[in-house]
Amino acid sequence: MGSGAPALLRTPLHDVHRRLGARMVDFAGWDMPVQYPSGIIAEHQAVRTACGMFDLSHMGRVYVRGPDALRLAQLCCTRDLSRIPAGEAAYSLLCNERGGILDDVIAYVLDAETVLFVFNASNRESDAAWFSQKRDQRGFAAQVDDQTLATALIGVQGPTAQSVLQPICNGDLGALPGYAFLAAVEVAGRPALVARTGYTGEDGFEVLTFAQDAEHVWDALLSAEHVTACGLGARDTLRTEAGMALYGHEIDQHTNPYEARLGWVCSLHKPEFIGRETLTVMKAGSPARLLVGVLVEPGGVPRPGFPIVHANQPVGSLTSGTFSPTLKRNIGMGYVRRALSEPGQTLHIEMRGKLVGAEVIKLPFVPHRARPRAKITPEERPHT
Amino acid sequence: MTNPADRRYTIEHEWIKAEDDHYVIGITAFAQDQLGDIVYVELPKVGDRVQAGNAFGVIESVKTASDLYAPISGEVIEVNSDLVDQPQAVNADPYDTGWMIKLRAEDSTQIEQLLSAAQYSEQTGE
Repeated sequence: MGSGAPALLRTPLHDVHRRLGARMVDFAGWDMPVQYPSGIIAEHQAVRTACGMFDLSHMGRVYVRGPDALRLAQLCCTRDLSRIPAGEAAYSLLCNERGGILDDVIAYVLDAETVLFVFNASNRESDAAWFSQKRDQRGFAAQVDDQTLATALIGVQGPTAQSVLQPICNGDLGALPGYAFLAAVEVAGRPALVARTGYTGEDGFEVLTFAQDAEHVWDALLSAEHVTACGLGARDTLRTEAGMALYGHEIDQHTNPYEARLGWVCSLHKPEFIGRETLTVMKAGSPARLLVGVLVEPGGVPRPGFPIVHANQPVGSLTSGTFSPTLKRNIGMGYVRRALSEPGQTLHIEMRGKLVGAEVIKLPFVPHRARPRAKITPEERPHT
Repeated sequence: MTNPADRRYTIEHEWIKAEDDHYVIGITAFAQDQLGDIVYVELPKVGDRVQAGNAFGVIESVKTASDLYAPISGEVIEVNSDLVDQPQAVNADPYDTGWMIKLRAEDSTQIEQLLSAAQYSEQTGE
């Protein structure tokens, strides 16, 4: 690394990772654990069979506050947040005017004047600037408050996550549906927001604490039985098996939501949001290409960027690819033209000059077991 | 990690050990640890000739792929076919059951150019 390289950011759990013997990597400018000594496969299996913990503090945590907070959030999000009651969160996209995806985010509706956004680490500053710019253009009364460095975010994921978290949390987690959260509870005696959200396909929680409480909360959770610290390596294999998009891989400014199969978070009935006009046109015409999952014949591991080949012609490239620890098979995702996107379609992946057989299969690779969200009834819509 | 003294090492993290009239080749404990969980090993066929310093195969972990380099030139007389189904043996036992190929050397003096266990340990800072 050259001497001009900026110092990597460190999460409040940085010392913990070093203490646990993690291997650290530069991820979007943060010094993050890619794996602990147990290894990616053991960490992955822990989340599928018991409970794994993740430091997610590199992700952006930006509060939009004020009388026009919801108007600003509604303007920037493709999803209709007026349908999300306080105490619930929603997955959404931020699109530009051309319908390109600026980020995929989770919006936590705290109250009528506060929405907490979790952004991808790589987009934190540009997203916050985007919100501020749109606020200024409209003259909205809203503050864009980046609290990333003052807070920590800990993922607690897996079928036993609730039994790990409940003994040290004073809120009733059993009653919490998917995407719901408890905004003011204590975890290990420290103030926290606990949400039933995640990025693994399993049931689980994300715990937001103040930075100074992060190590105490982490250690309390990790001291429970059968909890495994997991790094970004396992996070990637888990989300790939779950068929979930990763910004910079499946989605970016040059992909549109419909080809990424994310049309379900584009609420075109919403009278106004950035990108709505373009997305309306995009939806009317079918996308020329679609994101697919492929099961690849045994052999080398398919990696992002490897060409997808059909009838000896390149027809796309993998956006993600990995060995699936659950299926013990090689899997990948990528875009192909619509005619090649049906499950059962045979393709090839070019791996270092060799063609290896692949078959399109319906996503996700591993069924989701996350708890469903509560049904939203009209009387539960405080913002409409 | 202790590197056995009964063999030689390369700076690319292979080991080579004399055994009867041939040589056994694998990767070091340091290498398997750096790679992480190994999920695939691609080896040459019996009868293939390998050239010192050239790639003879590929090893892949969940996160990365890496070439395997031949410490000396020779003819492949056996490959560890157990690694097809059990590539994790390279993680569990890199110096014994995780071996990769056996070679008949073209010029056994080539091995004298390679690192001793102590020199290799110095290289890896172990």
